Amino acid sequence: MLVGLTHMAYILAALLFIMALAGLSKQETAKMGCLSGMVGMTVALVATFAQVESAYGFAAIVLAMVCGAAVGVYVARKVQMTQMPELIACLHSFVGLAAVLVGFNSYLQLIQATPIIDANSADLFGELVNKLAAAGGHKQPAMFTTELVEIFLGVFIGAVTFTGSIVAYGKLNGTYKLRIFKSAPLSLPHGNLLNLAALVVSFLLMIWFVASGDMAQSKADAFPLIAMTIIALLFGIHLVAAIGGADMPVVISMLNSYSGWAAAASGFMLSNDLLIVTGALVGSSGAILSYIMCKAMNRSFISVIAGGFGNAPAAKKQDEEMGEYRELKAPEVADLLKNSSSVIITPGYGMAVAQAQNAVASLTEKLKARGVEVRFAIHPVAGRLPGHMNVLLAEAKVPYDIVFEMDEINDDFENTDTVLVIGANDTVNPAASEDPSSPIAGMPVLEVWKARNVVVFKRSMNPGYAGVQNPLFFKENSSMCFGDAKKTVEDIVANI
Amino acid sequence: MLIGIPKESLHGETRVAATPDTVGKLLKLGFEVAVQSGAGALASFDDDAYVKAGAKIVKEKEVYAADILFKLNAPTDAEIELMHEGQTLVSFIRPAQNEELVNKLNAKKVTVLAMDMVPRISRAQSLDALSSTANISGYRAVIEAAHAFGRFFTGQVTAAGKVPPAKVMVIGAGVAGLAAIGTAHSLGAIVRAFDTRLEVADQIKSMGGEFLRLDFKNEDGGSSDGYAKVMSDEFIKAEMELFAKQCKEVDIIITTAAIPGKKAPLLITKEMVASMKSGSVIVDLAAATGGNCEGTKAGEVVTTANGVKMIGYTDLAARLPAQSSQLYSTNLVNLCKLLCKNKDGNINVDFEDVVLRNMTVTKAGEITFPPPKISVSAAPQSQAKEAPAKVEAKKPNPAIKLVALVAMVLAFMFIGAYAPTEFLPHFTVFVLSCVVGYYVVWNVSHSLHTPLMSVTNAISGIVVVGAMLQISNGLFIGVLSFIGVLLVSINIFGGFAVTRRMLAMFRKQQ
Repeated sequence: MLVGLTHMAYILAALLFIMALAGLSKQETAKMGCLSGMVGMTVALVATFAQVESAYGFAAIVLAMVCGAAVGVYVARKVQMTQMPELIACLHSFVGLAAVLVGFNSYLQLIQATPIIDANSADLFGELVNKLAAAGGHKQPAMFTTELVEIFLGVFIGAVTFTGSIVAYGKLNGTYKLRIFKSAPLSLPHGNLLNLAALVVSFLLMIWFVASGDMAQSKADAFPLIAMTIIALLFGIHLVAAIGGADMPVVISMLNSYSGWAAAASGFMLSNDLLIVTGALVGSSGAILSYIMCKAMNRSFISVIAGGFGNAPAAKKQDEEMGEYRELKAPEVADLLKNSSSVIITPGYGMAVAQAQNAVASLTEKLKARGVEVRFAIHPVAGRLPGHMNVLLAEAKVPYDIVFEMDEINDDFENTDTVLVIGANDTVNPAASEDPSSPIAGMPVLEVWKARNVVVFKRSMNPGYAGVQNPLFFKENSSMCFGDAKKTVEDIVANI
Repeated sequence: MLIGIPKESLHGETRVAATPDTVGKLLKLGFEVAVQSGAGALASFDDDAYVKAGAKIVKEKEVYAADILFKLNAPTDAEIELMHEGQTLVSFIRPAQNEELVNKLNAKKVTVLAMDMVPRISRAQSLDALSSTANISGYRAVIEAAHAFGRFFTGQVTAAGKVPPAKVMVIGAGVAGLAAIGTAHSLGAIVRAFDTRLEVADQIKSMGGEFLRLDFKNEDGGSSDGYAKVMSDEFIKAEMELFAKQCKEVDIIITTAAIPGKKAPLLITKEMVASMKSGSVIVDLAAATGGNCEGTKAGEVVTTANGVKMIGYTDLAARLPAQSSQLYSTNLVNLCKLLCKNKDGNINVDFEDVVLRNMTVTKAGEITFPPPKISVSAAPQSQAKEAPAKVEAKKPNPAIKLVALVAMVLAFMFIGAYAPTEFLPHFTVFVLSCVVGYYVVWNVSHSLHTPLMSVTNAISGIVVVGAMLQISNGLFIGVLSFIGVLLVSINIFGGFAVTRRMLAMFRKQQ
């Protein structure tokens, strides 16, 4: 009866997880979605608790969970919204590591077990095998091989996720001195060859691992598994270290996806459908996010992973004389805004760096009080995390219904008086649509230059992440406003 | 340097080349300004207003003694007499048509900048006086038409019966045409517009007009100088048929077709006018260069035998003197910004600057007209425009798609052939879950992507189930499992907590 009940509980949990993701489709239902995710998790945990056999195991789980929950909730309360990308990366690494641990445990269990598994074994896998053993007398050799493959793959994906996420965390945090944690991509000689070699060697090790498996004696060599784990850990480091800071939205979503696949692989190992369903949901969610991000940069997934952003063609353009730019001071920008009837603000990662979101929000309030229509335009890859800008603006109490995504607002720039570009660069670069030789050619961008006036907030005239000069700065209708975005915006607020 | 603003001597001219507002801007650039007494009277700017803005009020002679002269109309012979060597004149000149005038000015060694020679490049838009004048003319054309038209523009349903909306056809969707479309549309009329340049269709729509498309093999009348080019005979025939048909339907026609330096094309023939309803109005903006309609007389209103009023005013912009003066003088201020980059009140007619080069007709005793041709127009050639438009999202290679599909089928067959039967139900669940995930996640709003990531983070903590089930299997496994549970618990609780925190921050506009 217990088996049936836990199975039902797992189905319920899986449904609740699907509802959680479905709830996130709209702001109105998002909280409900989060709640159903929490209920689903509770159901799954309770059902699993019921299967824990030993008292000491039970106690250990409770202890671990209480500690984990305390840390988790503390971090969740404290974290700054600008630090969300780091937190997410950090959480991914935990899933990755856990998947590695579960994989090793499965391996250990496999080699400890007697050929015919004990009838009292508690886990689902045991149940299944028992039934089989009862039915056929013996486990099929194919099943054993499949388990070995599952363990191997689970550990591989988990290890890559683990170290990859740690490197991503370091890059996003930006305070660590280690080279691999620097925002600039690390390009080792033959970097792509190294990646390929890692994959090929791991594959060969898998064949060795599976071939060494002997069902009758319940054993398989540990060496290929351990060697692969080390390779996978290094592979994870190299994979992410080779990717630059502004490609992080893709990397984070990719790791999100991996952590899902790692969970799914654990599910296969344990023959647990709940893990498989959840892993598949998370995996496809991350994959779709990566796809959206790649699409928004008009780059293929492979080229992002291969690292480096158009390093070669970028150099060509840099020396080119683009013309003169005009500079505006805060009071002048304030005048311009006061005389505008519609304003669109396009924030980028620079706004997060300068922590300017609250200043921007109070600017919005002031302008709205004067009857100016203020809206926000968000490029899909603005920031370091999908949807990062939305969260920052939400934190600063900007209502979400004046925040629009690129496709919703791109046609409105023409009829807009003033556009403020705050800490965005490549995402508003007209070269993407005008200059076919540009490294970012074809990337969909916010067409801010179609507005009557554009004011660009920037610290200096340095080019953006892609290393491409931005013709926007030299357009007739655009002006530059230099300085720290937060201070400048506050000055403007004071002048309105 | 001193800028002189003379009173315009042309009969009927109401405009003035500086307003009190722009005087202030010129002073900021370091210039001094002298305004001839009464110069702005007809545009409702009195002398006091200029004095308040910081200008001097002087007599005609002193004005012409200034270093720089800002005018609207080309100077008369008497005015040229008053000028002196080394002076700079900025005004409408039409150098192509007025060769004699250019020679006279050159003999005086006056540097002349023609405001009608501003090149049509985007950088020069802020000083394009022809555009600002055309804008006003387009507006005024509709106002004149409304004045002469005996009915409402907008359709109404009143207690006294239903009133149909007026139908307006605008020919030529340049600046004037677009202004006319916008004005007529905002008065409530049904507006149709025609232009030989196909690229303006969107602009017409954006102003509220309907683009009359010729059923004709793709001939586009755009050219690199921003004006329409001369079309082929068949095209013109098709065009005339269209006009003839429209004339029977519409109440008001506004024609704005002009070819620079040439006689305006004849678009509406006598027969077409005769086919129009009584009480209809035609405003011919090209009247000054011969008119687009057969029978318009420059500067006059002609009523035909069938009761159609044909308005041929050539001074439409001057009929809005304050507005015209304001825009024109702002164009001049923008010109000064180009001439005087240091804001020190000294000008430099820099031939390196294509805008200034193009406008300069004479400089220091030398005739510099016609200027070398510059291309790159405001209305890009179709090819030029399409080339960059091609830079679109990379299309996935169909071959790669096919290979992926084949690989997937093979992988499925491999799994089916070799995997044990116990594996297959799990695999089914896996594949179906991927599909469910795909559809569910595509629906997630863009703005909720970060909460999505933190929720998926939390639920991927479900690996905890694995660790929990393994914990009772001996010490070593138990320790590993313990670490696993600990880490993943951070994930589960942290992930949900931070998601809740984020979602609580999203709020709707009150």
